[in-house]
Amino acid sequence: MKIAENNPSKTPHQNRSESPMVRFENVSKRYGDLTVLDKLNLEVEEGETVSIIGPSGSGKTTVLRMLMTLEEIDEGVIYVDGSPLTHMVQGGQLVRADKRYLREMRKNIGMCFQQFNLFPHMTALQNCMEAPVHVLGLSKNEAQQRSEDLLEMVGMLDKRDELPIRLSGGQQQRVAIARALAMRPKVMLFDEVTSALDPEVIGEVTKVIRQLVSKHNLTMLMVTHQMGFAREISDRVCFFYNGRIEEQAAPDKLFEQPQKEPTQRFLNAVFEAG
Amino acid sequence: MGYLEFLQSYGPQFVDGAAITVAQMVLATALAISIALSAGMMLLSPNKFVSRPARVYVELLRGTSLLVQLYWIFFVLPLLGITLDKFFAGFIAVGMNLGAYGAEVVRGAILSVPKEQWEAAVALNMSPRTRMARIILPQAFLIMLPPCGNLLIELLKGTALVALISVTDLMFVAKQINGSTYLSAQAFGTALILYYILARFAITPTMRYLERVMARRVGRI
Amino acid sequence: MFDWRWNFVLEILPRLLLATGYTLVAAGIGYLIAVFLGLIFLLAQRTPYWAVNKLVREWVEFIRSTPLVLQIFFIFFVGPQFGIRLSPWTSGMIAIGLHYASYLSEVYRGGLDSVPKGQWEAALALDLSIPRTYFRIIIPQALPPSIAGMGNYLVGIFKDTPMLSVIGVTELMHTANAIGAENYRFLEPYTMVGVIFLLISLPAAAMVKVLDGRVRTKAGVQK
Repeated sequence: MKIAENNPSKTPHQNRSESPMVRFENVSKRYGDLTVLDKLNLEVEEGETVSIIGPSGSGKTTVLRMLMTLEEIDEGVIYVDGSPLTHMVQGGQLVRADKRYLREMRKNIGMCFQQFNLFPHMTALQNCMEAPVHVLGLSKNEAQQRSEDLLEMVGMLDKRDELPIRLSGGQQQRVAIARALAMRPKVMLFDEVTSALDPEVIGEVTKVIRQLVSKHNLTMLMVTHQMGFAREISDRVCFFYNGRIEEQAAPDKLFEQPQKEPTQRFLNAVFEAG
Repeated sequence: MGYLEFLQSYGPQFVDGAAITVAQMVLATALAISIALSAGMMLLSPNKFVSRPARVYVELLRGTSLLVQLYWIFFVLPLLGITLDKFFAGFIAVGMNLGAYGAEVVRGAILSVPKEQWEAAVALNMSPRTRMARIILPQAFLIMLPPCGNLLIELLKGTALVALISVTDLMFVAKQINGSTYLSAQAFGTALILYYILARFAITPTMRYLERVMARRVGRI
Repeated sequence: MFDWRWNFVLEILPRLLLATGYTLVAAGIGYLIAVFLGLIFLLAQRTPYWAVNKLVREWVEFIRSTPLVLQIFFIFFVGPQFGIRLSPWTSGMIAIGLHYASYLSEVYRGGLDSVPKGQWEAALALDLSIPRTYFRIIIPQALPPSIAGMGNYLVGIFKDTPMLSVIGVTELMHTANAIGAENYRFLEPYTMVGVIFLLISLPAAAMVKVLDGRVRTKAGVQK
């Protein structure tokens, strides 16, 4: 089953295009006096899975939210698959993107939230079908087929006619993942998707994400507190501190041999808590 | 005549009318508060002989309109032996009506105080009276304030109806001036503005101030 | 003294019931006006222009904070002052419509505000257009919390119709006044008015509660 629009190959990094899939170029974000992100430079290659960890307030969620255009950036430019996202080209110059341009570019990015945010008045199937029908223009049958395939993949096909209120947290989050995937985005964002779940159901969600990584060549950014999981599936882990990437490396290297002091402090505290 | 001249000639009458309106309001409020507190607590009583009459009162007064109640008190009660002066009939009707709505607000507010507070008070072996007076009511009071602010404005609007039994309040004055000068826009417009000033610049700020004071005392701020 | 005459009650009942019919029609029409006007008042407070929003807000507050009966007088009498003759019915409907529109706009606003921010974000993440977000996602969720308020104000309009009697609209209160004046007996007419109001408003209020519960279940807000 096709998940990513291009490159159905299994091995990541195989079909690397010239430019990275996601590129943050000197991106800054301020809330009044508070600088949340400070000249951030980040590149994510196609098919790469990047985990973002760090203390709260370090700017990790803001990175995802800006990529999803939920927040505006103050400085810098974000590029997705070679084209600018936050800006557009007009007369050879880069200017702030207008609403119509944003709506087009947004289709490339999908996001799953900590609070699931399923539409409570629609069934699981309807949740998944809504955007493909009304944004991508798919026929009801096509959308239904695609949605049912995805629901089956996340193990929720038998609950497709249930309203979210009758589903557990883990079940809702799995439907949310199917819903986001139904848009066939090039980049998938996961914002602490297991933080609101009871421990015993975290596994069902991480299982789905693991599947996405191994079977499909999706570019994924994940903000998470699940260190073990991050280490297992990521190609790269970024440690955020005070609005910048303090350190980034392959998971084994970062977790075993953190170079910087804040990283060490954070990892110690996290592993202390068990 | 221009509006300024109008105000000069009739201003004093409007002020007199407004004074009566404020008097009606204050008296009706006093009555409404007493009724709301007692009926509200009665509604919560586990004793059916206490809660049932209170419930009947509340539903009766809320289910019919204030104007009907006002007319009934002023025109029908005399036939049953109780004759009230129109000024009294006025604020009593308004007070009784808003008191019924207030009772529901009081009941709702007390029920909204988190169950844990009741349990903590019981665990500390407080008597029901102490528990209610020192723990529950202060917190309920804070919860009550916003809806009570709205009810007070409804009360102010309700007092306008007493003009219909010839109490010489603000609305009565406006009607009178309209009747003699036919300057309807000025007469009724001025009255509207005065009511608005009373509501927006006297009642609302007072309620907000009360809310802040109570919140500080109850430790929410 | 206390001298209730049942045969008098029977005599005046047909007339009272007819007037009740008029009252219900008046309430219904006033309510419909208020429902649509309330929506306009709400949208007019959410324009991109700060000044417009503020102005409409003050206007809505002004209507909410001043007596309906005074507004009824105003609309009825001010028209002729500027050459527009409005019938009692028309003035009454306009006044009630305006007054309750301001209440309903607050109910709608409460409903909209109660929709969690995450819903807006999820809709954006799925790239749904703004109109679609409103119609398919937000409004269906804003409606259930608004039902209780909307239903209660319908009952409220019904109870406020007696105010129309002051400008001569032949609704229930007005008819009772007329009967009382004609027969020099107010006890039965006024009491029956009270009874009729209770018989209509209490079941109506109960139905609003039931409807509220049903809508909440269907909207997935409660099991």
